[in-house]
Amino acid sequence: MDFQLDEDQLALREGVRSFCDGRVPLDSLASFEETAGFDRSLWTELAELGVFNLREPESAGGVGLGTADAVLVFAELGRRVVPGPLVWSHLAAGLVKGAATGETVVGGVEADIEPVLVEHLESLDVLLALRDTGVFRIDPRELEAAAIATPLDPLTPLHHVANLPAGEKIAGPEVAQRLRLEGATLASALLLGIAEATLEMALEYSKQREQFGRPIGSFQAMKHMMADMFVKQEVARAAAYAAGATLDQPSVGDIDRAVGSAKIISSEAALRNSGACIQVHGGMGFTWEVPVHYYLKRSWVLENCFGSIDEHSERVAIALADARE
Amino acid sequence: MDLRYSEKDEEFRADLRTWLEREVPAHGAPPPVNDWPARRAYDTGWQRKLFDAGYAGISWPKEYGGRDGSPTEQLVYYEEIARVNAPYIGVNFVGMLHGGPTLIAEGTPEQKKCHVPQILTGEQVWCQGFSEPGAGSDLAALATRAEVDGDHYVVSGHKIWCSFAQAADYCELLVRTDPEAKSRGITWLIMDMNSPGIEIRPLRTLAGEGEFSEVFLDNVRIPVSNRVGKENDGWRVKEVTFRFERGAAFASDMIHLKQFVSELVDLTRRAPEGPQGWNDRALRRQLGHFSAELDALWAMVKLSVCESSKTGIPGVGASAVKLFYTDLYQRITEFGVRLLGRAALSRDDVAGLPSERILARSMQALSLTIAAGTSQIQRNIISERILGLPREPRPAPPPRPAVES
Repeated sequence: MDFQLDEDQLALREGVRSFCDGRVPLDSLASFEETAGFDRSLWTELAELGVFNLREPESAGGVGLGTADAVLVFAELGRRVVPGPLVWSHLAAGLVKGAATGETVVGGVEADIEPVLVEHLESLDVLLALRDTGVFRIDPRELEAAAIATPLDPLTPLHHVANLPAGEKIAGPEVAQRLRLEGATLASALLLGIAEATLEMALEYSKQREQFGRPIGSFQAMKHMMADMFVKQEVARAAAYAAGATLDQPSVGDIDRAVGSAKIISSEAALRNSGACIQVHGGMGFTWEVPVHYYLKRSWVLENCFGSIDEHSERVAIALADARE
Repeated sequence: MDLRYSEKDEEFRADLRTWLEREVPAHGAPPPVNDWPARRAYDTGWQRKLFDAGYAGISWPKEYGGRDGSPTEQLVYYEEIARVNAPYIGVNFVGMLHGGPTLIAEGTPEQKKCHVPQILTGEQVWCQGFSEPGAGSDLAALATRAEVDGDHYVVSGHKIWCSFAQAADYCELLVRTDPEAKSRGITWLIMDMNSPGIEIRPLRTLAGEGEFSEVFLDNVRIPVSNRVGKENDGWRVKEVTFRFERGAAFASDMIHLKQFVSELVDLTRRAPEGPQGWNDRALRRQLGHFSAELDALWAMVKLSVCESSKTGIPGVGASAVKLFYTDLYQRITEFGVRLLGRAALSRDDVAGLPSERILARSMQALSLTIAAGTSQIQRNIISERILGLPREPRPAPPPRPAVES
């Protein structure tokens, strides 16, 4: 067992981090509000970076890495709340032509969860629907969908679809189940990145903002809040890494439990840390101008993708009960 | 990021499992909690069996009788002893989990020879003498004085919260050797508990047990050769001790906690329709949630063990493990008490409900966020040493009282 990042993984993480810092800096986030949370040229650059073809075999033109590596990459994308249907396009890499190279933008929806709200519909070339019976391909231009005027996350536009068409079945139930687990794991990684970034923002602000003549970061009440944020981040990191490693090596544990644990813990870490980050920023934290709110809103979106905290908790409980039979 | 145990680890697991399945039932049930001679005999007897079978001190060097095993063998060991509910480490806790490792890291060759193998065989039981009535979280305020007299330190003072003092042969003792300095005037000593001048007064905990004591020291003579590290360097040595204490020391307890959650599942399923029954969706989700948190915690331990295998000493991140673990422990045991309903009013099992176990655990849980550095101290460590936040300004010392003429 060597449950640590190796040299290649450290380099991979560093590469994606510096790309994101340069290409999607924090003060650029607001500009995505004008482009409906999508930027084609950024998408192509993400594809060139390997975000979508990361786990495709090298023989198919991919990078040939594992889910644990993808977790590291997605945590970095989460740190900068990079918008777009990142997880779905990554999952579609082996299923939809052009997804791996970024030429085809693929979104997705869990078809059995009402209301059916499709993210980034207007930017999509292909929409995937996950059902218990398999994976279905739908042409987004043929959808009858009503745009939501005010989506929660200003960088994640939404359409409401009242009658989702059946679409064309492109894979069976096993693949659908596999995509659910991988999707939950990558969403956990994005959430981990959010938990990390909001702690970083809180730290930075608390070191320079002064009250009562000294930095607020020197007050114990503030320090303890940020120590708790650190604990949440570290537990989420362990859980997300473990989910990735378990998907790569199913012999090391129960995949459902590892993924469920990661989704539950990282959702909470992201939600709590972005909430706490707003608190550290005081009144300014409650404004649109300070970018923390993008993080909190994205956390809400991601918490509701690939199984919520409650859904996964329920699943883990049933698994526990089954194990006692 | 590889979570696979090696073939060698799995062979070790298979051997250990076979051995445990035979020996654990043979060792019998633990004695009553307040019968210290019986507890010592039971705990050290188990330690001896582990030693004879080659399972004591998995990560300790071979030259002292340890196994020199890998960190992953240590994890396998914890998983297996919890799986069969093996006897608790008990009176061997201080020696095995911090005294011994501290001596291995910092002791002289003679000290190692005198103590380390004997801790492993269960011949030596250790206790901890760090805290004082006026120096708990502010440990650097400790006042127990040690003055050199020839080749001895002469020690006087008052220690408190000394776990297992009633059963101990030796004590890891922090004393003040420089009254002017604060943390830089402290020294780490090995004290023989049979020395003249030591008085032990057991304290009764809120759970009604006597697991720790006050220890009064009146001119106790401790050979200078019993000093671990240099004089006035005890603050650094104690840091090594603490990291062991906060790191993997709780690993086996974490797995016991997983079993406890499974027992709560069984409890709720006995009356699925009742107010504390399995058919209550919120209750079910709460149990699933706890289990997910425990899985994440165990992954965190694996991360931290793999990390510390480079240095041999657990990192400061151990504070994060301790904070999360102790909080989770309290939330789970509180939930257990809620499941008991009115049966929680009885500390004995009543109406077929496991009150005794659940209440014992929930009361024990209250000590976890205090012992080995309170949660508040752990948060200070994280925020100052890991997150680099400024230290809180120390208040100016109080003015000296005016001398009345």
